[in-house]
Amino acid sequence: MSTIVLLFLTGLGLGGLYFLVASGLSLIFGLMRVLNMAHGALFTIAAYIAWQVTLPLLGGNLTLAWFAGIVVAIVAGGACAFLLEVFLIRPLYTRPIGQILVTVGVALAAVALVEGAWGEDMKQVLLPAWLTGTVRVLGANIPTSQLVIAAIALLVLGALVLFLRATRYGLVIRAGVENRSMVEALGIDVNRAFTLVFVIGGMAAGLAGFLAGTFFGEIDPARGTSMLIFAFIVVVIGGLGSVTGSAIAAAVVAIVQQFLNFYAAPGIGDFSVVILLAAALLLRPRSAEAS
Amino acid sequence: MNLLDVRDLHVRIGQSHILHGLSFGVPSGGVTGLLGRNGVGKTTTLRGILGLVDRTGLIEFEGEGIAALRTHEIARRGIAYVPEDRDVFSALTVEENLRLAERPGCEHQYDLVYDLFPEMKARGAQRAGTLSGGQQQMLAISRALLNGGNRLLLVDEPTKGLAPLVVRHVVDALKRAAEAVTILLVEQNLSVAHKLARDAIVLDQGRVGYVGTVDELMGDPVLARHHLGLSSGGGER
Repeated sequence: MSTIVLLFLTGLGLGGLYFLVASGLSLIFGLMRVLNMAHGALFTIAAYIAWQVTLPLLGGNLTLAWFAGIVVAIVAGGACAFLLEVFLIRPLYTRPIGQILVTVGVALAAVALVEGAWGEDMKQVLLPAWLTGTVRVLGANIPTSQLVIAAIALLVLGALVLFLRATRYGLVIRAGVENRSMVEALGIDVNRAFTLVFVIGGMAAGLAGFLAGTFFGEIDPARGTSMLIFAFIVVVIGGLGSVTGSAIAAAVVAIVQQFLNFYAAPGIGDFSVVILLAAALLLRPRSAEAS
Repeated sequence: MNLLDVRDLHVRIGQSHILHGLSFGVPSGGVTGLLGRNGVGKTTTLRGILGLVDRTGLIEFEGEGIAALRTHEIARRGIAYVPEDRDVFSALTVEENLRLAERPGCEHQYDLVYDLFPEMKARGAQRAGTLSGGQQQMLAISRALLNGGNRLLLVDEPTKGLAPLVVRHVVDALKRAAEAVTILLVEQNLSVAHKLARDAIVLDQGRVGYVGTVDELMGDPVLARHHLGLSSGGGER
């Protein structure tokens, strides 16, 4: 029983990371029809910038350093996303193939840039003591960090849902996901919403990059790319443009992955995610299209 | 002076040349019918005016060239669109659909909209995707009428697929709307076009084939047969 609880709750932690990456990806594709292959680069760059900026704080108060890291990662992710959208994506709105090539190029360049600046080796992440302990839940010792990550992901989900439901921009984004041309025909400049969605997605990816360091205890240049693959799977299963769909799919994917990696064999869980993707595409063929 | 002037409008979609240099004017006030057989380019003309398809040519609205503007900038000049497929936002509620259409700096005519279509008020919390076809059409028209700053409505096949009772309701609403705004109406139902429109522009193979009054068009069997495929002229008012 305790193993099941452990796998379930750590699955929720991993699912939280998937959700943070997938939510932005989903909104960006849903609204803008942009397949942002550089989303993982935002994750990686923000993680390294936060690691670098908080490095001087690590000799002092680690809790302060951790919270500062969150803020820095969010700002860095948002800023990088803003630059990416304005300078590289916007000029290519009518050329989807060009967008894919550019974002793939940025993704590859970002990894090379990070390796050049910080080296190819993993960087250890120092965490405050309260994050390195465990919490006993139904007989299982759950790492506190994973519960915290799941809680943060839930908070982000709540904030995103509130933003989409209760603000004018949220209304524009929800409508734009469904029919962008008609939103324009109502006199609304959808490009502004594009930039906002890109920045929100970048902020969430940046936060995920930092929290991945908390989850794994280290950051490495390739993490963003591998996380992006799982995030794409989550987005397709959850439905393009649906934040709540991404949240549910992220939890399902991560929990299935954890259970199968433990009970079947290491690696089977990762493979099973591809099976889930195939099942989603076969049972709900429209899940790969924006609603 | 016309409210809208279109000169030498060309639209190409893929390999197809849909509009071949359309030129026409829409006078201020009342309803002008944009008529013609299926596939002659009526919907494309409306979409071309709004910049929803790539086009070349000159388009002037109230004397200002708008062809170089983006769609949202054209809409903000006071041109509203009621598309053929209604295109209501199905995941949004009726009230959210209307709120989305609110344009800053315009009077929001909820009284007019709810007076024309009381159902829109009663169904404010209902998702637009669950409305009937007729109710969706009412919502699409409401959205276009909401902003007091709109001076031209581009209305595409508003009665398509609707029950006769709903058609009457929609026609009455458009008649009332035409007292305040100019309407360029695409309509396959010639009886409806005859009831609503004073002037007619008939398209034929992506070109303007006839410009005149609807009465003249419908009253002349040769003209009606040639441009609209009617076996005899006339239509009920």
